[in-house]
Amino acid sequence: MTQKAASTKSASRAPASQRALAIDASSDSQTIGGLVSVTIDGRELKVPMGTSILEAARQLGIHIPTLCHHEDLCVAGVCRVCVVEVEGQRTLQASCAYPITSPIRVNTHTRAVRQARRHVIDLLLSTHYGDCYACVRNNNCELQSLAKEYGVDFFRFGHPKEPRYSTDQSSHSVIRDMNKCVLCRRCVRTCIDLQEVGVLEATGRSAETKISTFMDRPLGEVICINCGQCINRCPTGALRANDPTDEVWAAIDDPTKHVVIQTAPSPRAGIAECFGMEPGTPLTLEMNTALRRCGFDKVFDTNFTADLTIIEEGTELILRLYKALVKKEATALPQFTSCSPGWIKYIEHFYPEMLPHVSSAKSPQQMFGAIIKTYYAQINNLNPENIVTVALMPCSAKKFECNRPEMCDSGYKDVDYGLTTRELAKMISEAGIDLPKMPKSDFDDPFGKETGSGVIFGATGGVMEAAIRTVVELVCGIKIENLFDHADVIPVRGFDGVKYAELPIAKVGPVPAILAHLVPDWKWLEGATLKVGICHGTANAKKVLEDIKAGGKFSECHFIEFMACPGGCLGGGGQPIPTSPSIRAARAKAIYSEDSRSEVRKSHENPAVLEIYSNFLKDGPCGHLSHKLLHTHYTPRGKYIGSAGGI
Amino acid sequence: MTTKTNTLTFGSVEPGLGLKKAVAMSRADVIGEVGASGLKGRGGAGFPTSVKWNLAAAAVSDRKYVVCNADEGEPGTFKDRVILSDYIDLVLEGMTIAAYAIGASHGIIYLRGEYAYLLDGILQALADRREKGLLGASILGKDGFDLDIEVRLGCGAYVCGEETALIESLEGQRGEPRNRPPFPVDTGYMGLPTIVNNVETLAWVACIMAKGAAWFKGIGTEKSAGLKIFSVSGDCARPGVYEFPLGITVAQLLAEVGGEGAKAVQVGGASGRCIPAVEFGRALAFEDVPTGGSIIVFSEKRDMLEVAKNFLEFFVEESCGQCTPCREGNAKLLEGVALLEKGRCSMKYLKELCALGETMQLASKCGLGQSSPNAFLSIVAHFKNEIVGRTVRSNGHNGHGERSQS
Repeated sequence: MTQKAASTKSASRAPASQRALAIDASSDSQTIGGLVSVTIDGRELKVPMGTSILEAARQLGIHIPTLCHHEDLCVAGVCRVCVVEVEGQRTLQASCAYPITSPIRVNTHTRAVRQARRHVIDLLLSTHYGDCYACVRNNNCELQSLAKEYGVDFFRFGHPKEPRYSTDQSSHSVIRDMNKCVLCRRCVRTCIDLQEVGVLEATGRSAETKISTFMDRPLGEVICINCGQCINRCPTGALRANDPTDEVWAAIDDPTKHVVIQTAPSPRAGIAECFGMEPGTPLTLEMNTALRRCGFDKVFDTNFTADLTIIEEGTELILRLYKALVKKEATALPQFTSCSPGWIKYIEHFYPEMLPHVSSAKSPQQMFGAIIKTYYAQINNLNPENIVTVALMPCSAKKFECNRPEMCDSGYKDVDYGLTTRELAKMISEAGIDLPKMPKSDFDDPFGKETGSGVIFGATGGVMEAAIRTVVELVCGIKIENLFDHADVIPVRGFDGVKYAELPIAKVGPVPAILAHLVPDWKWLEGATLKVGICHGTANAKKVLEDIKAGGKFSECHFIEFMACPGGCLGGGGQPIPTSPSIRAARAKAIYSEDSRSEVRKSHENPAVLEIYSNFLKDGPCGHLSHKLLHTHYTPRGKYIGSAGGI
Repeated sequence: MTTKTNTLTFGSVEPGLGLKKAVAMSRADVIGEVGASGLKGRGGAGFPTSVKWNLAAAAVSDRKYVVCNADEGEPGTFKDRVILSDYIDLVLEGMTIAAYAIGASHGIIYLRGEYAYLLDGILQALADRREKGLLGASILGKDGFDLDIEVRLGCGAYVCGEETALIESLEGQRGEPRNRPPFPVDTGYMGLPTIVNNVETLAWVACIMAKGAAWFKGIGTEKSAGLKIFSVSGDCARPGVYEFPLGITVAQLLAEVGGEGAKAVQVGGASGRCIPAVEFGRALAFEDVPTGGSIIVFSEKRDMLEVAKNFLEFFVEESCGQCTPCREGNAKLLEGVALLEKGRCSMKYLKELCALGETMQLASKCGLGQSSPNAFLSIVAHFKNEIVGRTVRSNGHNGHGERSQS
């Protein structure tokens, strides 16, 4: 057995009762080469020491039902749906939480096992209030599937006739209906362990146990960052996004309204899953047709403002660097990205003192709203009062973001409604449209010119890759392809939680016209090394921020990309359910293939972007007008919440 | 304390002798001696103490813990309270021997919140031992044998008597049992090797080291060696704390405490089993009726359905709420009792509830849920005629005594 030190306590913030603790694999003499034999339902398999019975059964193609288990989360072993018989053990064992460390024989469907599973399901149904056909998760509910799998045809232990709890609708993003909660605690583990936010926790004991917030406050009044990762991992309809589809339909039905929708890159890589297709099937152009048939007057690509973000945020970075390196003035570096609204709320709550690092550039969604209600209204002679802007996002936090009081720089609410991928799929179905069979059509002009750089905003590392493509070309005066084959900046790609990359600036070129009013030359950057960081999931963000505070290598960075959700936006809280590492990898593949197919792949080459700087934002990037419309400020919120509504 | 007791061996053991003998032996020999005595955990589960110690001793770590489980919460159990108040030195000596045996340098007493009044006495005893060099560095001059003991108070949760929930509570978390394996002997408090032993177990350890394993092994039965402290309450003439050899029959015990003529005896507290009069010849021993020491006597006048209800109400209050069978199952069983009271529980549904009880025994995450249906199931098994077929009086009260004679 290896030496244990006092510091071996796992880095996990979930209590040990909600985890399967690691087994020391080197301790058992019965194992040879770290493998151990297991016999499940008479079939033998050799697995690495410490493999769970559930995992071993899956390798053998033996199905064991689960409920509280989730691939992304630590193992709790609390629902007891996955119990199996381990020969020689007095009681049944939770297969998800039982590490195989010696040769064992397992039976997965003895009479006792079948009866126990059926009882567990019956017990869960006895407290699960609500009717399946009046539930957002109808047909995509793990409890419903279990009931079907185990042939539940009556409520053995009854069924609640009255709700116990009122539904918490206080949040712009996440709605909690604890009447449907089955106490699997996936949301708790998501919040405390995956995201390290820790808003949700079990309170009370026994049948009074419920998932609650600090002092049982409404979700809108605690330090929830609205990432919605809990929604994606809830097996039932207990957690759902705040759904504005009725309002969106009403706007579409109103002939006086001009309804414009912008669509982010990730929904198009995910929406096919809502129509029974394989993850990673892109339906971008089919979706454009479907949106028009739903009745949207214009269908735009958020990639346009993603490109605009790169120009604005990149310019801001150059200005910060110039200030720090040439003028030797105090400047907050590294600069942090600002496109993920979950991340923004996270830093506002948890690291408010570091807000000066965050780029003042708005997120692409909010830039788009501001441009629609000013520039677009102007060139199309529309009264912005009659324009309704809808944003199709993979995100629940975008709903909170568009309702921030400061997001009214156009003089109106810049973005009226944030729709999730799931909600749009519902609208499309409601309109009788079979999305996969739609003919393809392009986005509308003038904001339909997509670039590959905009598309990859959907994946972790995408913003950084887009920024590098532009910065290298604008500063070095060379083609990015000279440095990276096919302009694929591989070092910033992939699902590692925290990434770090360096990019030497060997030679500099002339300052391009678009930036000429800001810096005289690039000589001060010659020979410098651009250091960048990337992280996704707020647990990783915390690691990076703590590293910066401790003066570690990320404190030397110039620019760091932060995304609140694991995998980036493609794993957002508004994306189709379920989610898993392989599903997110498939979506990422779809996004990168759309990038490589794009005609224009660099933000600064997007013709619509160049046009808006010559026609509208005439004082250039980070100029007066763009500051008014495209930049914002943040609120240091802290963790100690005052009166209601203070969040 | 004025609780009635018979003569406890604890009073006649020479203080300090066990520890003195222990440190003169090798660690392995100390564990061997405890093993030879046949001592099994006195909290109720009956796990061989030396096996637990051996596992913890084999774990390689620069820090290990000895935890004394003083969270005596089982309904009808009050023997640890007497031991802690009258024989605290013996408990601390047992902890010290345990620490020596497994190589632990830290001890923690997890004291039941309701026993806070014992805290001063325990702290004083600890201070005295530090003074005498029985705690601290190089105890009894033994180089490298360092130990200090601290006391932590529980907060009233029954489940924290379960060793992994106790450890969670020590770590500042909700008191909820962990997944096992791994076991605390390998991954316990703060992820480090930890043994959790009951108050009484530790006191016996000190006695065994003082008087020798053979003395202890010579008492009791082959599989249940030694003496056991019982907490006796209920319908008997002389309730109190008693020491008996394991293997004593229920009838013998009842005769000692003035409980002859009882209808049933609840052995092992709420989580134990209800033994009817026809089975009073059974032995209180791990191989027959295992017990943590709680004996509750029910006379002919007691309504067994009320007894079942009382225990289930306790579990509905005390389930930690983590796993489904225990959280929801106990509530369903209690609802079933309410139906039985009204005479409205069909035999079919009663059978269903008993099957649910079996599921709870098999599929719950920890010992609490696994044992919570025991009382209900044994009462249904032995007193079915008493609990079914009840009617409701016109005034709405439970018609005990008006049950059908079927």
